[in-house]
Amino acid sequence: MVFLMKIGVIAIQGAVSEHVEALKRALAERGEDAEVVTIKHSGIVPVCSGIVIPGGESTTLCRLLAREGIAEEMKEAAAKGVPILGTCAGLIVLAKEGDEQVEKTSQELLGIMDTKVNRNAFGRQRESFEAELEVEILDSPYSGIFIRAPAIVSCGPGVKVLSRLNGFIIAAEQENVMALSFHPELTDDLRIHQYFLDKVFN
Amino acid sequence: MDFEKLRHGTELIKRGFAKMQKGGVIMDVTNPEQARIAEEAGAVAVMALQAVPADIRKEGGVARMADPEIIQKIIDTVTIPVMAKARIGHFVEAEILEALGADMVDESEVLTPADPYFHIDKTEFTVPFVCGARNLGEALRRINEGAAMIRTKGEAGTGDVSQAVKHMKQIQGEIRELAGKNKEELIMVARDIEAPIELVIETAQMQRLPVVNFAAGGVATPADAALMMRLGADGVFVGSGIFKAENPEKMAKAVVEAVNNYDNPAKLAEISKGIGSGMKGISADMIPPEQALQERGW
Repeated sequence: MVFLMKIGVIAIQGAVSEHVEALKRALAERGEDAEVVTIKHSGIVPVCSGIVIPGGESTTLCRLLAREGIAEEMKEAAAKGVPILGTCAGLIVLAKEGDEQVEKTSQELLGIMDTKVNRNAFGRQRESFEAELEVEILDSPYSGIFIRAPAIVSCGPGVKVLSRLNGFIIAAEQENVMALSFHPELTDDLRIHQYFLDKVFN
Repeated sequence: MDFEKLRHGTELIKRGFAKMQKGGVIMDVTNPEQARIAEEAGAVAVMALQAVPADIRKEGGVARMADPEIIQKIIDTVTIPVMAKARIGHFVEAEILEALGADMVDESEVLTPADPYFHIDKTEFTVPFVCGARNLGEALRRINEGAAMIRTKGEAGTGDVSQAVKHMKQIQGEIRELAGKNKEELIMVARDIEAPIELVIETAQMQRLPVVNFAAGGVATPADAALMMRLGADGVFVGSGIFKAENPEKMAKAVVEAVNNYDNPAKLAEISKGIGSGMKGISADMIPPEQALQERGW
């Protein structure tokens, strides 16, 4: 039997099916074969060649990642160099340090990226927005969907800033790990998923 | 880039918010302490209320939007989204909730309707709305008015899941029946169920509602929550079921874990052990038709 590469989407909660569909479409577009799996429990992360943490509620995600034993596996995968993409809540989950909003719920952040985040940098739902963004890895603007979006407020020297909006860092990468404030899975534009898959297949 | 170029309250943003709630549990709370328990348990959002549906049912009288002070305190307490209920048709209550910063408005049959004919025009709002539905026609009418999320009506405040089951199966069954129908047959369906043809066609093609569909109304135990997920719900609202249970902390945590493990009976068995009894409740059959909350709205 041919070994089929696995790409996992953390499926505790949130926009899981949207990421699964986007990955499948991106794989079809590049003509490569890989199995997209959902991760609800421990034991799956170690066999994945790439992992996506979708948008959802970061408080809930952090709690259940720890409760289900996935958090430790994620840290190991990141250390081994497995490509990871965190969107919205995923950006918070990946961070090293949160703001007081994050602190007061004593969420266990994974600390995979050397970043400090602001949980609802752009406000509540009524302040949520769409905007055209300049992202360094893309050669033309990208339509960003921001929903109660978080942002990176500061980062260590190992983190490369890919996009900023109103003084906040909204896209960044640290070697194999990438974090976005917005939701590429809610648009038809697959360029960010392709960028992530480039890392997976290299 | 300046803030002028930011587009707020678009359909994508409103429906996107609902998508972020998928696979989660939204809990009714009446004060900051309960909100904290819900957040601690892993709820994805809380619904701020003056009284839980079981108490609204018991007390009778006119049920209205919660006191803004309670909602404000809950907003200040938790980091997860805070939703709140407005009466059917009461667009000013909805405007007040939007001004307070509520993240989603539930135009809810649990409160006494304020308009005998019309629901709120939800397209006029920046804040997204969730609305109850018993069947496909009702769901699509609400979506047409701008609802970004649908939930079953069930029979709130009873702790009896049977009506939520009925409404979920009704909607799923009607969607399955759309498969294979041609355009003229879909036009006929649209006329029968009093729903816009565009939404009927979209639903037929997607083979699901065009927005997120949660279960609500009578969910009282981890097994109830898992049942609704098995029936195809995208997530679950638990109203009176948490804070009318013997041990709200344990019940809240167990319901959250049950939704994450809904397809694993062995794990559900573990989750359901030692959590105390669920709310006492009342069989939905015992509710006289004129007191049934699900009959409100159209």
